[in-house]
Amino acid sequence: MVQLESVGLQYHPAGADRPGPEVLHDVSFAVPRGGFRWLLGPSGAGKSSLLRLLHLAVRPTSGRLTVMGTEVAHAERRALPALRRRIGMVFQEFRLLPHLSAYDNVALPLRIAGRPEGQIRADVTAMLHWVGLEKAGETRPAELSGGEQQRVAIARAVVNRPDLLLADEPTGNLDDTQAERLMVLLAELNRLGTTVIVATHNDTLVARHPGAALRLDSGRLFARD
Amino acid sequence: MLPLLVAAMAFLAALALAGEVGVRALAAHWQEGAGSALTVQVPRPNGEENGQARIDRALDVLRDTPGVASAHALSDRELADLLRPWLGGGDERLSIPLPGVIAVRLAPGAADPEQLASRLATAVPGTLTESHGVWMQRLSLLAGSLQACAWLALAVVAAVAAAVVAIATRAGLAARREAIEIVHGLGATDGYIANRFAGRTTALAAVGGLLGALAALPVLLALAWLVAPFAAARPEGVADPSGLALLAVLPGPLWLVLPALPMATAAIGFLTAQGTVRRWLRRLP
Repeated sequence: MVQLESVGLQYHPAGADRPGPEVLHDVSFAVPRGGFRWLLGPSGAGKSSLLRLLHLAVRPTSGRLTVMGTEVAHAERRALPALRRRIGMVFQEFRLLPHLSAYDNVALPLRIAGRPEGQIRADVTAMLHWVGLEKAGETRPAELSGGEQQRVAIARAVVNRPDLLLADEPTGNLDDTQAERLMVLLAELNRLGTTVIVATHNDTLVARHPGAALRLDSGRLFARD
Repeated sequence: MLPLLVAAMAFLAALALAGEVGVRALAAHWQEGAGSALTVQVPRPNGEENGQARIDRALDVLRDTPGVASAHALSDRELADLLRPWLGGGDERLSIPLPGVIAVRLAPGAADPEQLASRLATAVPGTLTESHGVWMQRLSLLAGSLQACAWLALAVVAAVAAAVVAIATRAGLAARREAIEIVHGLGATDGYIANRFAGRTTALAAVGGLLGALAALPVLLALAWLVAPFAAARPEGVADPSGLALLAVLPGPLWLVLPALPMATAAIGFLTAQGTVRRWLRRLP
């Protein structure tokens, strides 16, 4: 599903003629189809950068990154959107579109994929029901609590039945009950065959839901277990 | 803001196009049978020459000349019409003696005007033969230059309109940067995002073009009314500029151009927005 061979990443700050420091260095691992991985490490270890790489929001500056059979560094730019549509991403800060209702936010990936409105209505309604927000469809994100926004973000990430689900500190804005509920949702998706990678530094959560983990520190991968 | 700026551009474009159409109409009117026309002035037309009125003698010479398609002596009334703009109308005739005037039309490329002039001067001393060719050349050159200016103005206006749309689009992109990144991250293609932007910009530009065309209409009607006597386009029986009859003075081509303006601004809006958004999106992977 995902394979990294000695992957490095440097950001190019806008306007600078030299690349910035290397935020990921010589990272190699693989996650098979249907696998689950915790992505652990302190703040600034490079967890978010690694998820951005896997979400195809940046391309690696060195090494070889293969996502669902596509070699990302050298893929044509126009080949990437179709690949992104098979990846769901949950951001810590939700990244919902503020001017759209919860329903329209969840419907967005389906509309982008060009699905017919009838199918969209059925899928979005089912998805809102699944995350317990069937009554909040017409509400805008600003009027929802943090936990509700997070659930909208998750519904948007999985409504397209992605093959790969990435989550960046998904419980950062949630209380323990909501965090627990989220883990149940992620585990259920994983059971249904979705490959799931969750970045967190919530140790209690990891302790309650043991699983294989990737440990990052200072841009290097320290352990695969 | 965008529709108003585009409206101003469309207004200027309408003026430039009206200038082009107007000059074209005037030039065409002047050039009717142009290069091959001559005017022959016969002083003392009723004086005798070889026992014949001088004007009749000149007409005979002209009719005997091969290559002359027609020769027509202007009647007093026609002459008065011709002179009215300079000497005024009215029936009290001028006390200055007027020459007889013969309008001559040559068959294309047949007779040599110079040769004809000397033949006439021999037969009827004192005649003046004026070829329109030189004047027509000068007028054609002038008309051509004016038309080129109009097209140039049109090109500049179109370029400025495109620049305005590009700037507005860039501002819109900057303001919606985060939303675009989110949609891009959800797998939207450049085309999907560009269509979203271009659709809105196209509508705004079309509205602007419509406003500009509507604003230009009264100005063009007024101009057309002023130009009509020169282009002989003022319809019969329309004495004063009011009512629906006024609409008839606008040259036909302008009735095609004005509705085309909103379409043209819409096209400029669409293409510029598409290009700007797609170029901007290249910064995302």
